[in-house]
Amino acid sequence: MLEVIRSPRVYDACVVGSGAAGGAAAKVLTEGGLNVVMLEAGPLLDPAKHFTEHLWPYQLPHRGAGIGGSGYNASGSRELNVAFIAGEIGSEPYINAPGSPFVWERARILGGRTNHFTRVWLRMAEADFKRYRQYGVGTDWPITYQDLAPYYDKVEAYVGGYGSRENIPSAPDGIFQPVPKPRCTDVVIQRGCRKLGIPCLPGRAAILTRPLNGRAPCHYCNQCERGCSTNSNFSSSLTLIPSALSTGRLTIIPYAMAREIVVGKNGRAVAASYIDKTTRSEQQVRARAFVLAASSCESARLLLNSKSSLFPNGLVNSSGVVGRFLMETPSSGVIGHFPQLAQLSPHNHDGTGSVHVYVPWWKYDRKNDFLGGYHIEVYGGRNMPAVGMFDHALEEFEGYGVSLKKKCRGMYGTFVSIEGLGEMIPTEKSYCEIDPDVVDQWGIPVLRFHFTWTENDLKMAKDMRDTFTAIIDAAGGTPIHGLGGPESRWGYLYAGGVAHEVGVVRMGSDSRTSALNGFCQAHDVKNLFVTDGACFATNSDKNPTLTITALSWRASEYLLEQARKGNL
Amino acid sequence: MTKRSITRREALKSLTMGASAGAVVTVIPASAARQAHERIRREKAADPGGAYTPKFFNAHRYKTLQALCQAVLPPDERSGGAIEAGAPEFIDLLTSENKEYQLALGGGMAWLDSMCQDRYGNLYLGCSSNQQKEILDLIAYRANVQKDTRLSQGIRFFALVRKMTADGFYTSRIGIQDLGYIGNDYLAEFPGCPPVPET
Repeated sequence: MLEVIRSPRVYDACVVGSGAAGGAAAKVLTEGGLNVVMLEAGPLLDPAKHFTEHLWPYQLPHRGAGIGGSGYNASGSRELNVAFIAGEIGSEPYINAPGSPFVWERARILGGRTNHFTRVWLRMAEADFKRYRQYGVGTDWPITYQDLAPYYDKVEAYVGGYGSRENIPSAPDGIFQPVPKPRCTDVVIQRGCRKLGIPCLPGRAAILTRPLNGRAPCHYCNQCERGCSTNSNFSSSLTLIPSALSTGRLTIIPYAMAREIVVGKNGRAVAASYIDKTTRSEQQVRARAFVLAASSCESARLLLNSKSSLFPNGLVNSSGVVGRFLMETPSSGVIGHFPQLAQLSPHNHDGTGSVHVYVPWWKYDRKNDFLGGYHIEVYGGRNMPAVGMFDHALEEFEGYGVSLKKKCRGMYGTFVSIEGLGEMIPTEKSYCEIDPDVVDQWGIPVLRFHFTWTENDLKMAKDMRDTFTAIIDAAGGTPIHGLGGPESRWGYLYAGGVAHEVGVVRMGSDSRTSALNGFCQAHDVKNLFVTDGACFATNSDKNPTLTITALSWRASEYLLEQARKGNL
Repeated sequence: MTKRSITRREALKSLTMGASAGAVVTVIPASAARQAHERIRREKAADPGGAYTPKFFNAHRYKTLQALCQAVLPPDERSGGAIEAGAPEFIDLLTSENKEYQLALGGGMAWLDSMCQDRYGNLYLGCSSNQQKEILDLIAYRANVQKDTRLSQGIRFFALVRKMTADGFYTSRIGIQDLGYIGNDYLAEFPGCPPVPET
């Protein structure tokens, strides 16, 4: 795949990053006739090497714990997780300002985090685009649901996913394949929700339950995070990029760490400088248009590191918003213990690697203690045993011997995890900037994070905790974990743990307070687009990937049109 | 598609829809053989029945580790114990790669031997089973630090041994069977679950 780097070739477009946004851009632009070069900071994907589906933990000497236990984490094993997911990439550090415990999850492989994400697949609702108009806080997107709906349609029709039509304003329906049956953990939660008048509905995920475009449907092994050799779940690497490659117009350069976007004297982007990680040499690739899709904060970092006399504060940053309004998904959870689940005869509980049921935000019709809302995802049950699975039980029971063994046996499959994913209103206090001191091993200045939750997030977390406790009680279980009070911020997941960081190169209609227009096109530089999560104006409770893919698809069609008209 | 558990090699062979004709990324056919080979190699590597040379612990410490693991999760009527599951090998492997574990476990076992020497005049392995039970009963519970503050480090040590033993046990073939996990399979439809009792 490596192109001769010093070729004088000028590509029609350069796409930085190969995740949801990069893959969509590559597909649309190449199918539209453009010659595209794509920079990816990691290796090409080799499913035979990188995917670990269907391995039993005992087939690995480290059983999933990783070398020296490096794969141990709070929820089990990372060793089996594809895409080299890492909060810490030693050679590419980031800094947290004091009091800002932000964990920045990144992947360094073709397809990025779409190789292993949970694939919850939710459209933003009409109201999600106009928070300022509705609440007087945050900002409005410069586009509406109606603008994006045709692109939600295109993405869903191409990628495929399951869901049910429910006609709920806060959760627009999409193009759905049939949903899988609920798991036993879903059944108990649905009962509890029903008693409380909370709508626990079939889930929505970018996983096939019927064949689509030659891709096989899911075979229900619940190992999506390990990669999917049958291409049954959505990943940019196996679902979007192959169609771009088959046009013959996509060149992928792996191990390419983008360093700077070079602007010519005419104020247009002309080249992308990058470090070839394999030779540690500086290279450059030229193009007529640029799509930054390196993941939100990497795209912001690239822009901020692209300083010039025309752009002393960073490329396309005349507004000063690049790096600012960093948002994550506020998330809190409660684990419930349901002994009755141990009475079920052993059965295959795996299912898909995503939610079979979920609760869309349902309290939109009343005044709450906080603005915005959250949806609820349900997990747990008798999954494949993994390292760390009995940590909580061991801490509670202590002891040793046959009695401990029987307790663990009796506990297996009886835990249900209820997790809320909420909306974060943008705040000035949450941002990233270039660290003045530190560079990574490629010589590229790193990011310094100043992340903070807001009062609104904490109030929302309390509501999550209270609601989930009530659901577990109503369902006949006992809440056992996540019951912290205000001192533990109501059981909040650590910032960065959901890995939905967005907003740092936001779009808007006013070029004084935004960097991009509604087509993800930079106000300041017309041939530069930013189509990953950075472009988000607000962060609704909907998992961002579907919206990112649709926005990138839309921006790419606009780019094609502008290129044809000679406007770039 | 079948509901019985099939080997990965069989499954990969039977999946004909892995990629459409002409797709550039063809995954299944090319890699099936290599994956099967790799799987067999790994299975052989992970076989707990084979003789194992400890990578970190010396002979005495490894014997002590085995005894402790087996005490944490012994055989019962449903399944074998931690030794059969390969838990000591798993712990030794991780410890050989992690200096913090080396200190916590190596130092912890030295602590245990010293404590047994003080109390019973023998190292842990040389103590009677009643004496071993007595000392484990003390270090297996956090609350016992109230009885004797000198136990606190041993309690921490034993908690780590307990956790790693459980991790090694429940990720083994016999541990997975003990729990009754059914899955890691290839299904045409997700069958749902048996009726869930109301409370």
